[in-house]
Amino acid sequence: MNEAPLVGQQHRSLDDTPVRVVSARPTLSTRLKTLWSRRELLIGLVWSDIRIKYKNSTLGIFWSMLSPAFTLGVYFLVFSVFLRNGIPNFVIYLFSGLVVWNMFQNSINTATGVIVDRAALVKKVSFPREILALSNVGAAVVYFVVQLVVLIIFVAALGHAPAWRFLLILPISFLSLYFFTSALAMVMSAINVYLRDMKHLMEVLLQLWFWLTPVVYSYENSIAPHLSRRGLTIIYFLNPITLIVVTFQRVFYVGTVVKSTVAPYAKINILPTWSFDRFLELNLALFAVTVVLFLIAEAIFGRLEGNFESEL
Amino acid sequence: MVAVIDVQDISKSFKIHHERNQSLKERLLHPRTGSTEVFHALNNISFTVGQGETVGIVGHNGSGKSTLLKCICGVLKPTSGEIRLRGSLAALLELGAGFQTELSGRDNVYLYGAMLGFSKNMVDAIFDEVVDFSEIEQFIDTQVKFYSSGMYVRLAFAVAVNVDPDILVVDEVLAVGDERFQAKCVDRIQRFREEGRTILFVTHNADQVRALCDRAVVLESGDMIADGATQDSLRIFREHLMQDAVAHDSAQLLGTITIDSVTTPEGSFDIKSGSGLHLDAAVTSQTAYSGSFVIELFTRGGLLVSRSDAQGSPVNLLPGRNVIGIDLAQVPLLDGIYDLNVGVLDHHANTVIAWSEKAASIQVTYDGREGGIVELGASIRQQ
Repeated sequence: MNEAPLVGQQHRSLDDTPVRVVSARPTLSTRLKTLWSRRELLIGLVWSDIRIKYKNSTLGIFWSMLSPAFTLGVYFLVFSVFLRNGIPNFVIYLFSGLVVWNMFQNSINTATGVIVDRAALVKKVSFPREILALSNVGAAVVYFVVQLVVLIIFVAALGHAPAWRFLLILPISFLSLYFFTSALAMVMSAINVYLRDMKHLMEVLLQLWFWLTPVVYSYENSIAPHLSRRGLTIIYFLNPITLIVVTFQRVFYVGTVVKSTVAPYAKINILPTWSFDRFLELNLALFAVTVVLFLIAEAIFGRLEGNFESEL
Repeated sequence: MVAVIDVQDISKSFKIHHERNQSLKERLLHPRTGSTEVFHALNNISFTVGQGETVGIVGHNGSGKSTLLKCICGVLKPTSGEIRLRGSLAALLELGAGFQTELSGRDNVYLYGAMLGFSKNMVDAIFDEVVDFSEIEQFIDTQVKFYSSGMYVRLAFAVAVNVDPDILVVDEVLAVGDERFQAKCVDRIQRFREEGRTILFVTHNADQVRALCDRAVVLESGDMIADGATQDSLRIFREHLMQDAVAHDSAQLLGTITIDSVTTPEGSFDIKSGSGLHLDAAVTSQTAYSGSFVIELFTRGGLLVSRSDAQGSPVNLLPGRNVIGIDLAQVPLLDGIYDLNVGVLDHHANTVIAWSEKAASIQVTYDGREGGIVELGASIRQQ
């Protein structure tokens, strides 16, 4: 047996090793530091999540595209072919919004029940518990990237040029999506420990939320124009997912006002006609808000996790 | 010596729900139904473990020793107080709890390593050793769900001891695997000690503590009742066990018998190696009782030399003072001081009715050339 690595460490000194403190209520900064120091575990959990999900399936990770592709197909048929909404290149419009929505929905749906599902682990191994929720978000990010690649191929195949300049805003928008999703995922996973109905409630709420977000309908068809006439556009964007979806659509779909394909001279006001600066400004503001939400969520999680062991 | 584990005034209480209402409907409709009770598992525990110490945490079931350990490992958060830790920690608690049964042994080694807080590079470096130690080379790429329970635990143990921790926390897991694997585990723990690492060892098995620990902390229903040299702590532990047994004794037997003294007719406990020894134990009993009598002999190092109840031959105690004679036909021990414990057990030798720890110390002198504890009288010749 090769035991070499253990030899020669007899006299190692721990004098200058940092001290870790286990206490009743660690401060937020300590929690964040611990979380950051365990990022390798997060990556490990994300990969094991994905591997387990597709372990015994022949198509593997392609399943992560098949289901969204099916949804995309159905919405396209219903809204563009049967209901004839007249939006040209509707598939791209739909796809760029769905990519964002899928990531959000996937994360929240899986993360809400994760602490309860992994109770055995939570009660026996020491690690920051929010990593479990974050690993579900991480897995959703991987599927998101896969879908984004497909979207890009799609856009290229249709010869549709994206709004190159707006591409710069995309990373900011994605980070907002990540932080907002993570924040909600953490809080929901913790609340679900105390109220087991949360998981089912969230599934229903997410459906409602989906239809409140302009993914399958256009900005024009939403309540946004009515609100903006009264100067209340902000209310529409209180749903953080909206701005992110709209930004993705602005980047990949590009057109803000397009000619209808069904009524010859009609125009459809499909996206807000903001300038680049306005988009950037709003996205930066949302980013700041989501980071704050993430910190608040981390603090709430810290409060709630103290009693996990008596509830699990 | 650097304090590696510094437990400062730790308390832990649990809420116990008598009526579990975890559905939203129940909470909304009956917000106040179901009583909760607060259970104090640990009360203001403080102690320090220095680098290189092997400390045992002893206590019977429900004394809070596992809760304390979980707090130290960070699985549970204390209700108040804090614990300061220096260096990396690997816990042999609930082995294999972090395993994903759908994944292969290989993947699990990495995942479990990450869960213990070790990087991929560190696990890479010890991977072969882990596989070697766990003795499951041929199954390492098999999904863990097909492992036998022994393989499962062996793999987990192998990861935990090979990740090179500064602090090792062991919770009654030495009962895993077959005897050969157990010996390997004890060996590994011994080597950890020699390497100057810190070990925290939790058990209710006093013999294991005596064999492995320099110091012992005794817990009793959430309170720390002793923290000191293994021998002293274990004595307190045993005394408390007795008191506890008295409190829970339905036959009201305990406490009715006391061992007053152990003497020799000569008044001296100094003997020459190889000679015999006669001891008289004075036992006071309030009732007539028939049970068995046990003697234990320990070295000062805490090694059990012998435990005997003389083949279960009964002693019949009469109300009042009894003298029980103990004859040791031959004491083939080498130079040293040996501590004697005596006790009265029930017929089945299950329940201790009376116990006297360190009832006497025997000083043995030996003038031969053998070393160790016992004289085997070895002779060596060429054939």
